Amino acid sequence: MTGLHTTPDFEQLRISDLHAFYGESHILHGIDLLVRRGELVTLLGRNGAGRTTTLRAIMNLVGRRTGSIMINGNETIGVAAHLIPRLGVGYCPEERGIFASLNVEENLLLPPTVRSGGMDLDEIYEMFPNLYERRFSQGTRLSGGEQQMLAMARILRTGANLLLLDEITEGLAPVIVQKLGQVLLKLKEKGLTIVLVEQNFRFAAPLADRHYLMEHGQIVEEIAAGELSAKQELLNTALGV
Amino acid sequence: MTLLFGIPLSVLLGQLLLGLINGAFYALLSLGLAIIFGLLRIINFAHGAQYMLGAFAAWLGLSYLGVNYWVALLLAPLLVGAIGMAIERHLLRRIAGEDHLYGLLLTFGLALIVEGSFVKLFGVSGASYPMPELLKGGYNLGFMFLPTYRAWVVVAALVVCIATWYMIERTRLGSYLRAGTENPKLMQAFGINVPLLITLTYGYGAALAAFAGVLAAPIYPVSPTMGANLLIVVFAVVVIGGMGSIMGAIVTGLAMGLIEGLTKVFYPEAANTVVFLVMVIVLLVRPAGLFGKEA
Repeated sequence: MTGLHTTPDFEQLRISDLHAFYGESHILHGIDLLVRRGELVTLLGRNGAGRTTTLRAIMNLVGRRTGSIMINGNETIGVAAHLIPRLGVGYCPEERGIFASLNVEENLLLPPTVRSGGMDLDEIYEMFPNLYERRFSQGTRLSGGEQQMLAMARILRTGANLLLLDEITEGLAPVIVQKLGQVLLKLKEKGLTIVLVEQNFRFAAPLADRHYLMEHGQIVEEIAAGELSAKQELLNTALGV
Repeated sequence: MTLLFGIPLSVLLGQLLLGLINGAFYALLSLGLAIIFGLLRIINFAHGAQYMLGAFAAWLGLSYLGVNYWVALLLAPLLVGAIGMAIERHLLRRIAGEDHLYGLLLTFGLALIVEGSFVKLFGVSGASYPMPELLKGGYNLGFMFLPTYRAWVVVAALVVCIATWYMIERTRLGSYLRAGTENPKLMQAFGINVPLLITLTYGYGAALAAFAGVLAAPIYPVSPTMGANLLIVVFAVVVIGGMGSIMGAIVTGLAMGLIEGLTKVFYPEAANTVVFLVMVIVLLVRPAGLFGKEA
């Protein structure tokens, strides 16, 4: 995986003037953001700020979108939804999207491989031993934490090198949140690029290289990890914590 | 003569066999409907027309091109499946995401157009399709006479149903179908070509109907309305089994055929309505159907 580090400034994801619409409602109003290879970047903001919509717009799962989204150097604004993952994008939706009609292993094997270098089943089971024990259980019979592990593990198998993770700690016990933090650190070590939508700022702060603060469908502030303490006041107001 | 509940055993078994054959057709047709409904969320009212097209493809192929039964059994489903894929690609796709009622109306309209055109071309009386040489005759089982063709229908329908069930429940392609039924958007986000999956699924459902149509050709009159008459019962079967349930469609199809057969023996007047009676009772007790998941 060291190959990924050879071009540290490679632009894994560049979004310019992105507007997104659900039917008549205009949700995103000109988003610009840049994520370099190997970075972990968070999208912070209150509910309804447009963070989830940003991820969904990258996957072309919104009604309509305009502007530019470059993924691994390819313009994707006119690309069909099912072709976007094949550029190396793995998406973990907020609702986790575990399939009830599939068992754990079928859920794991569902997304097709999009690049070489993904983790195989053995490595995944080593990282998430619970999933191995429950591999023949129906996907939705798992606990919330296990379902979240499954939703993450599922996209690690595909070899995606840009992960879009939406609220992965939401509603989970502290011990599981901690485990997810360790997993994210491991993925960073492997050189994966991660965009994290997160409500739990204390979870995200020690992991992230940079933060984008969103409000009303726009990015209002970009904060590097080192500037956090200086901008704490601003964040507290914006996030209402 | 052996009597059971005061009925001669041979009469009882004969009716059960007839019921089983009807059940085999119900199973094949409701299976196709269930698969299509699962992924497309469309109640395919063109299913009867597709069944009829299968039978006509076999009959026209034999009459004008000399295509024999066995070849027709393969070609007619392919042909009707291809027509189905064209319908999905060019018509149904345009209304995907709209209210389900549009899909129902569109397929119903298509069925009326196709059946009307065939009535104009071929009349309503229906043609007869010769029994294939290999399947003529029958076996004397001692207590009853079993025509070879009827046995063949049951076996062929069961094999196709079980193969379809296996494909959906036990293979990777089937896991795409099951997952796509639950959450097609997320499947797109994993890089699976859901529009193509939908086209193939509709084509496969139509092909199953056509396969049933070819099976039916030698024993039922090949007429433009053959599908419309059958379809109403098949809808009832799907409702009883539970919308979108694969095994439910197969088991319920066979069971309803048998129940119809039994009713013919004990109370013939109710034979045509018994399925609907069962439907009413099932809807009262289990609204999601016998095999359906409670919403």
